[in-house]
Amino acid sequence: MAISNIEVAETPLVLYALRRADDALVLGHRLSEWCGHAPMLEEDMALSNIALDLIGQARELYSYAAKVEDKGNDEDKLAYLRDVRQYRNLLLVEQPNGDFAQTLVRQFFYSAFADLYWRAMMTSRDTTLAAIAARSEKESAYHLRHASEWIIRFGDGTEESHKRAQVAIDHLWAFTGEMFAVDDGERALIHAGVAIDPGTLRGRWLTTLSEVASEAMLTLPQNDWMQQGGRSGRHSEHLGHLLSELQSMQRTFPGLTW
Amino acid sequence: MYTQALNTAETDDRGLEDAGKAAQFQARIDAEERIEPNDWMLAAYRKTLTRQISQHAHSEIVGMLPEGNWITRAPTLRRKAALLAKVQDECGHGLYLYAAAETLGTSREELIDAMLAGKAKYSSIFNYPTLTWADIGTIGWLVDGAAIMNQIPLCRCSYGPYARAMIRVCKEESFHQRQGYEIMVTLCRGSDEQKAMAQDALNRWWWPVLMMFGPPDATSQHSDTSTKWKIKRFSNDELRQKFVDATVPQAHYLGLTIPDPGMTQDAEGHWRYSEIDWAEFKHVLAGNGPCNRDRMAARRKAHEEGAWVREAAAAYAAKRARRPTAQAAE
Repeated sequence: MAISNIEVAETPLVLYALRRADDALVLGHRLSEWCGHAPMLEEDMALSNIALDLIGQARELYSYAAKVEDKGNDEDKLAYLRDVRQYRNLLLVEQPNGDFAQTLVRQFFYSAFADLYWRAMMTSRDTTLAAIAARSEKESAYHLRHASEWIIRFGDGTEESHKRAQVAIDHLWAFTGEMFAVDDGERALIHAGVAIDPGTLRGRWLTTLSEVASEAMLTLPQNDWMQQGGRSGRHSEHLGHLLSELQSMQRTFPGLTW
Repeated sequence: MYTQALNTAETDDRGLEDAGKAAQFQARIDAEERIEPNDWMLAAYRKTLTRQISQHAHSEIVGMLPEGNWITRAPTLRRKAALLAKVQDECGHGLYLYAAAETLGTSREELIDAMLAGKAKYSSIFNYPTLTWADIGTIGWLVDGAAIMNQIPLCRCSYGPYARAMIRVCKEESFHQRQGYEIMVTLCRGSDEQKAMAQDALNRWWWPVLMMFGPPDATSQHSDTSTKWKIKRFSNDELRQKFVDATVPQAHYLGLTIPDPGMTQDAEGHWRYSEIDWAEFKHVLAGNGPCNRDRMAARRKAHEEGAWVREAAAAYAAKRARRPTAQAAE
């Protein structure tokens, strides 16, 4: 007997926390796939560390979403018992690891945003979100530094590394627009001072990217067509496979304590 | 995680070296002084330690694979974070140990190349597969438990950098062992299916874990030299017995059965185990364990696919070194 998906009462605040939790969990899961397989031991350590930070953020955000929802869900039910269509993460974070350049470009795009986002969220009127932001901001600043250093090494390293980084930038660019999009529910939270408007961060995000790309001698795409859908559960095909692995124990052995 | 006691010491070559220095070296060891990287040491002592420490490092790194196999499938977020942190610790142990081995004059790259070429060993326990979540609990409980038994005496090893690395490693291993046992406690308090999963894991890991302590003393070669140099402080059989005596009551507490129907407790309270199948041990060491090929293939793949990354990092560092003004401007 497979356990069915839980239902989540997605009020604007629950959905808001859930979306950020899913971003952190899915990206943390992706990074954890490198553990034991990275190009050097220092990167096995670093990617695991970043994955641990992100999984930690996800746990706090899920717990908060469950508390606000108050329907008996918890961090594990939210992570393990929602299907693809119920996941609310950005398309960017579910993209496969690819080569090391693709993993680091994905991380660079996300961390450059997360660093600004969490710093801004420290002023949220929601004290729990502000507290999560204070911790996540410190972590994101390190994640951004780590990714930026690699982008520069790739760009200014060898011909091959330059090429791989440019391919990854061109491939992942279309997934970055979603970070700055806002729907009606979020607009109300922004108005109430609970959330911040991510659109206001885009200029600074682009500045960070441009500075690093320039030092790395890499080119940011001019293409402004952006993929959307993750926030409302319309994902790429990749997420289903990630979830089938992530959730396999809870789906195979429903309702047990581990 | 751990290297097993299959390390054999080089033959004592003091006759070929300065007899006075050799005597002084042994006197320092006898006085429980620590030998440090720049101190004079016997060539055979250096070679023995380089081999033992590097095999230990390789074991930590290869040991990331069987547990890493469950990071993406851990059953809860708490378990996922704990397992990821644990495997990351093993990687850290590998790094300290390569650094300790490098103090003896061989680079990490050379040591890793020897492992990838199949010329250096790693602990045979990692050539067994992790099939269920209970294997993650069992590895923490038994494999890390055996590692602690072996490594605590190494904290007093005569070679300073190795002894100091072991102090830090043992603290973390002790945490891992408790974490593994806690997984087992949870399973054994769970459903019948979970208990069966725990018993099945114990059945599969018990004998390979006993083999981790290395061949029986009667057949073990050269351990006299390692003992004389205070690299090794207890024999394989002594450590194995200590481990069995500590572990049997833990299995009883869990309500699990040790898969050794011939096991008895003697008058002194020691749990006497049946004959170990050393033929299996030799097969696994010879490369015929269930996962030897997979483990080496995974390590080689990571190394080969990461080559362009290491080349890029080296090329960038070299360019930076040639651009002093750019650096000064930062």
